[in-house]
Amino acid sequence: MKKLAIRYLPIALIILFWEFASRAGLVSQDVLPAFSAVMVRLWELSAGGEMLVHVSASLLRISSGLGLGIIVGSALGFLLAASITAQRLIQPTLTFLYPLPKSALIPVIIIWLGFGNSAQIMVIFLGSLLPIVLGAYNGAKGVENTLVWSARSLGANAIETEYQVIIRAALPDLLAGIRVALALSFVLLISSEMVGAQQGMGFLVAFLGDGGDYAGMFAGAFVISAIGFAADRAYLALYHHLLRYREA
Amino acid sequence: MVAQRKILNILMGAILPLAVIVLWEVATRERLVSPFLLPPFSRVMVRLWQDIVSGEIFSLAGQTFLRLAISYSVAVVVGVTLGIMMARVRFVRWVLDPVISIGLPTPKIAFLPIFILWFGVFDTPKIVMAIVACIFPLIAGTWSGTQGVDKYLVWSAQNLGATRRELLLHVIFPAALPQILTAMQVALPIAFIVVIVTEMLSGGSGLGGSMIEGARLADTARVFENLIVIGLMGFAFLRALQILRRRILAWHPEVLQEKN
Repeated sequence: MKKLAIRYLPIALIILFWEFASRAGLVSQDVLPAFSAVMVRLWELSAGGEMLVHVSASLLRISSGLGLGIIVGSALGFLLAASITAQRLIQPTLTFLYPLPKSALIPVIIIWLGFGNSAQIMVIFLGSLLPIVLGAYNGAKGVENTLVWSARSLGANAIETEYQVIIRAALPDLLAGIRVALALSFVLLISSEMVGAQQGMGFLVAFLGDGGDYAGMFAGAFVISAIGFAADRAYLALYHHLLRYREA
Repeated sequence: MVAQRKILNILMGAILPLAVIVLWEVATRERLVSPFLLPPFSRVMVRLWQDIVSGEIFSLAGQTFLRLAISYSVAVVVGVTLGIMMARVRFVRWVLDPVISIGLPTPKIAFLPIFILWFGVFDTPKIVMAIVACIFPLIAGTWSGTQGVDKYLVWSAQNLGATRRELLLHVIFPAALPQILTAMQVALPIAFIVVIVTEMLSGGSGLGGSMIEGARLADTARVFENLIVIGLMGFAFLRALQILRRRILAWHPEVLQEKN
């Protein structure tokens, strides 16, 4: 407990300095609303239920988009690893598409799907796909042949081998790919909501900022950060749980 | 034999993109998809050619490139410096450790409206946003790379009479280089993503701005034209970093092994 307090003391000092700078008028309240004002606004937005509407809209989008990305991406990755021909056909294209800044897809998706939920879900899905495909692919490719051969000689058929051996052995790489996709999904979620949406956290922050409610805007940005941080930590816990057999 | 194989691989790799392009062209020519949703590939290419001739595309790409180059280089210099300082100076570590552990996994893009409030709508908020977004992995990567330097290397150098400065410049920094370069490879796409998004959101032209304007004006050919240019740029930059990595690490087992 004491260790934790010392560790996070700098954050507390930064917040204190912020409060002081804003209250003492070192910076204008319009530029940097006091921390306490932000917290009050956060409370108002949450108590009024407004925050919840936007948070749940965002969470729905990111979980659908990323969920689809995980299902389709890992299936594609494993298929790709299983077939040399598929690799030769598809890999160069993947290598080329991988560095594309995924945010560039937002305008295309807006043209195709408009400003609704499906547009943001699609952007997140497409953005998260490649890291997951590559994670599954690299993991499955890296499986030692002796593992596969042993399973085969013990009488496992192709499906059993794929499920019991390859997918399990590929899990660490796949999970690492999903973590990259998770971070990317948040960036794409917030960006696409800022560009065009009527709901969601990205929309809320941009909307409050445009309306001059700067304390509310800071509150919204904090909520987004908190959700992103919590999602990453929760995922990390899941990651260690799923891979606990390796750490023993 | 080896050369033949290489050519075969390239040919096979070209099948998918070519098939997509042919399908795209035929489907749009035959009006299977509305040209508003997807203009024919040939029309996108003609458009690209016109903008190359008129120089328009270079001015857009130049703006985007400049913003990316400035923010990325500032982030690399500052991030690597802070990362090394974190490993060497206790006070810096004490201050930055909690900031990094909170800042690294959060979506920094949420702060864009705040940066627009602070820095207006021109180049500054875009550059600051991109720096903030990509500096965390740089600091964290450099820090862990610098910390992970083999103790025996450090002890040997100290034993041979290396000063603190020599130790840092000639032992710790080179030993941490592979991880620093990895962090740079992680940070570049993040900076690029953010520069494109900020251009979409706060005007100021550039490829991102041009794309979103195309989407608003229903000028789909323009959107795809910019998408292709952005894709090529993303690919070229990451390739350049890979080549740089091999150059810089020419002495490192990682590269030496590959050669043999």
